[in-house]
Amino acid sequence: MQGTKKLTFLGLLAAIAIVLSYVENLLPPFFGNNGIKLGLANIVNIFLLYKFTIKEAALVTLVRVLLVSTTFDINTLPYSVVGAAFSIIIMALLKKSNLFSIIAVSIAGGVCHNAGQILVAMFAYSTSEIGYTIIPLCISGILSGTLIGIAGALILKYTKYIKGW
Amino acid sequence: MVSKKLRNDILLVAGIGFIILIVFIFLKINQGDTSSPNYIKVIVDKETKHCYNFNEDGEYVIKSGENTNVLVIKDGTAFIKSADCPDKICVHHRPISKVGETIVCLPHKFAIVITKEPQ
Repeated sequence: MQGTKKLTFLGLLAAIAIVLSYVENLLPPFFGNNGIKLGLANIVNIFLLYKFTIKEAALVTLVRVLLVSTTFDINTLPYSVVGAAFSIIIMALLKKSNLFSIIAVSIAGGVCHNAGQILVAMFAYSTSEIGYTIIPLCISGILSGTLIGIAGALILKYTKYIKGW
Repeated sequence: MVSKKLRNDILLVAGIGFIILIVFIFLKINQGDTSSPNYIKVIVDKETKHCYNFNEDGEYVIKSGENTNVLVIKDGTAFIKSADCPDKICVHHRPISKVGETIVCLPHKFAIVITKEPQ
């Protein structure tokens, strides 16, 4: 896919990612609210990583993070950016190594996303106790990573034969 | 019989689980001695502003410029009773009671943390 067609396709996916981000915000808070999220927008991330390359995934993620944080809560910006950066880099590396399935890549992405956010939190609050929140976040990261990975894999499987994609 | 990728997947998740276990053990060691009192640190904008004894019940109104969060310590748990932040995530958070647990108010750069040593 090239040129304008690709650009509009990516734009469309960015919009989908933003909507997914918003929708998961509307869900009632599980687990007492310590920052545990489903990460639904990562479905778009995984899809782009496997359909295109890290460049497209990074671009769309950057756009999504900027728009969502400036629209809803600017304080989430450092957390989202660092989390997404960790996540995409690790996912790209794991995918490139060709040693893991897409679900494991998604799990690693989810866990790294949370790890990045915790690092930012430790800087922002200058306390090491925040590091302990990695326990529930990693567990939920594994669970949600699995679900997102399955969803992403299904989408890739069923869109594989669409002409022109 | 198990494909290579599946084996690697399981190794990866096991590795993450292992890290979680290590941190968990670390946490439990830290929480250990329940006879000595714990403390609540209130952090605003990277500085520890207050440190309250967890065993003494109290209600504290913490203001920082325009921002207000009301911390309540009662019966060995702590929670935020009210705050004037836009999302009120801190208010809806479950009360915390153990060392290492935190409640964070992102818009106010405000957090409460349960620790072992006083600041």
